[in-house]
Amino acid sequence: MKAAIDPQTWLELTQLQATYAAVVDAADWDAWYGLFVDDCIYKLIPRENHERGLPLATMDFESKGMLKDRAYAIRETLFHDPYYQRHVVGALRVLEAGPERIVCESNYAVFRTKLSELTTVFNVGRYLDTVVRTDDGWKFAAKLCIYDSEMIPNSIIYPV
Amino acid sequence: MAALSPSVFPDSPQWDGAGTSKIPFAVYTSDELHRRELDRFFYRKHWSYVGLEAEIPHPGDFKRTVVGERSVLLVRDKQGTIHVVENVCAHRGMQFCRERHGNRSEFTCPYHQWSYTLSGDLQGVPFRRGVRQDGKVNGGMPADFDLKQNGLTQLKVACRGGVVFASFDHDVEPLEDFMGPAILHYFDRLFDGRKLKILGYNRQRIPGNWKLMQENIKDPYHPGLLHTWFVTFGLWRADNKSELKMDRHHRHAAMISTRGQSGKAEQVTQVSSFKESMQLQDDRFLDIVPEAWWGGPSAVMTTLFPSVILQQQVNSVSTRHIQPDGHGAFNFEWTHFGFEDDDAAMTKRRLRQANLFGPAGFVSADDGEVIEFSQRGFDSKPVHRAVAELGGREVGDTDHMVTETLIRGMYRYWREVMEKDDETGGAA
Repeated sequence: MKAAIDPQTWLELTQLQATYAAVVDAADWDAWYGLFVDDCIYKLIPRENHERGLPLATMDFESKGMLKDRAYAIRETLFHDPYYQRHVVGALRVLEAGPERIVCESNYAVFRTKLSELTTVFNVGRYLDTVVRTDDGWKFAAKLCIYDSEMIPNSIIYPV
Repeated sequence: MAALSPSVFPDSPQWDGAGTSKIPFAVYTSDELHRRELDRFFYRKHWSYVGLEAEIPHPGDFKRTVVGERSVLLVRDKQGTIHVVENVCAHRGMQFCRERHGNRSEFTCPYHQWSYTLSGDLQGVPFRRGVRQDGKVNGGMPADFDLKQNGLTQLKVACRGGVVFASFDHDVEPLEDFMGPAILHYFDRLFDGRKLKILGYNRQRIPGNWKLMQENIKDPYHPGLLHTWFVTFGLWRADNKSELKMDRHHRHAAMISTRGQSGKAEQVTQVSSFKESMQLQDDRFLDIVPEAWWGGPSAVMTTLFPSVILQQQVNSVSTRHIQPDGHGAFNFEWTHFGFEDDDAAMTKRRLRQANLFGPAGFVSADDGEVIEFSQRGFDSKPVHRAVAELGGREVGDTDHMVTETLIRGMYRYWREVMEKDDETGGAA
């Protein structure tokens, strides 16, 4: 499969990525799961597990329902110190391109800012995404967040 | 004249009499005390968790980990025997092994190429006999240089049910005696000899004293209150049947619970966040299938003092390794596993339920957060004390969870060990 896409598709993909970063940084969790198809995969995986073929993920969701459950937990059940997160996402690299399905990756860095604290580097890695064309535009069928960060600074509450 | 109020920063913890129901903040705030804990709990007379045999299945496999704050290597030699050696070169003290896992036929320090067998014996050193130049030998080690006296520090090793423990103290009591019969029973229930299958790791750094993680898993007061998720989705219920058990020293403990099955919200809980009508959008997070080895209890959380927590929460099983780093922080390493006879559906189930635990877990993420902010409180005013008086001021096993007896028990042991006069000797 050729990894080339036309400029219009490129524009749509980069907008999808920018929208993703904007909604998670805005803590708009309904908009977050709205960017996925119903039968989706979202995983936050230590690079170590990913590269050693170990299946455990730090977050391991396999349906939009599970993403909604996470959104509910963030809002209603998880005690946590409030924080802002801010994503900086690098250029997309297209790995596989078809008319209905594209696989691409991009580097990300997430900064965390807690109230009354200095901003710190929170989580660094790459996205490995599978996006599919739907009637409602491009959506994520799978988003793997494969993180280099060896130690999670205490806990991760929000999706990366 | 009014008495001076005591300093906010006392020289040592001030206990209120002989009891342990009021715990001075100062047990969490001192580097000096922390080093004494390392000496007395991690380096002498105790076994520390180092890993699972399934992590090093083949001859030559190794894993780098820690005992207390000392770097060690868990390794399987060519004959299949498991060794634990300290990752400090006998020559210049370098922590020579930088990979976290791998396979080796020997260990070589990169600095001056001192090489060791997998069991830690020194095999050779470069230029031992000197270098011949112009008919004379320059340098070399002294004639009496003894390879045998210059190996890596070798730890005592105990393996049981696929779990490996190590101790710098070669006079430590047998592992089984260290655990005691009550705790050993629950250890053997989980590690019953079936081969383990490693599912993966989670690593987090929690900015709090390491003891707080032991206490968190000796505290059945908080789960139904802090972990709203447990309650909301019916996993924690007031009609759960529960027992708390300790070893005779009160250092280890097991919290054993069996899920209640019947009744409506108002009958089964007195906790306000229970919402019987609240359903998961995807209930596969709680696709619980009882397993024969449970023998009843749906959750057993075992704390082995000082280094590890053994988790069975329904189908999710893991070890949680406590790796202290100074008085105010520890690294917390989760190793999730399954068993060799798990089918694909059970493996998937364990992975799904792992979403409840770990640094992002629906319930466990809360624990790291509260530990961080307890530590903040302690550091700000070490003269003050915490209260652990639920269920009274005594220490003993119970058939309910409405008590902080396990925390009081742990501090009774802590005081016995820490308040003894300085011990001499001990391990290398």
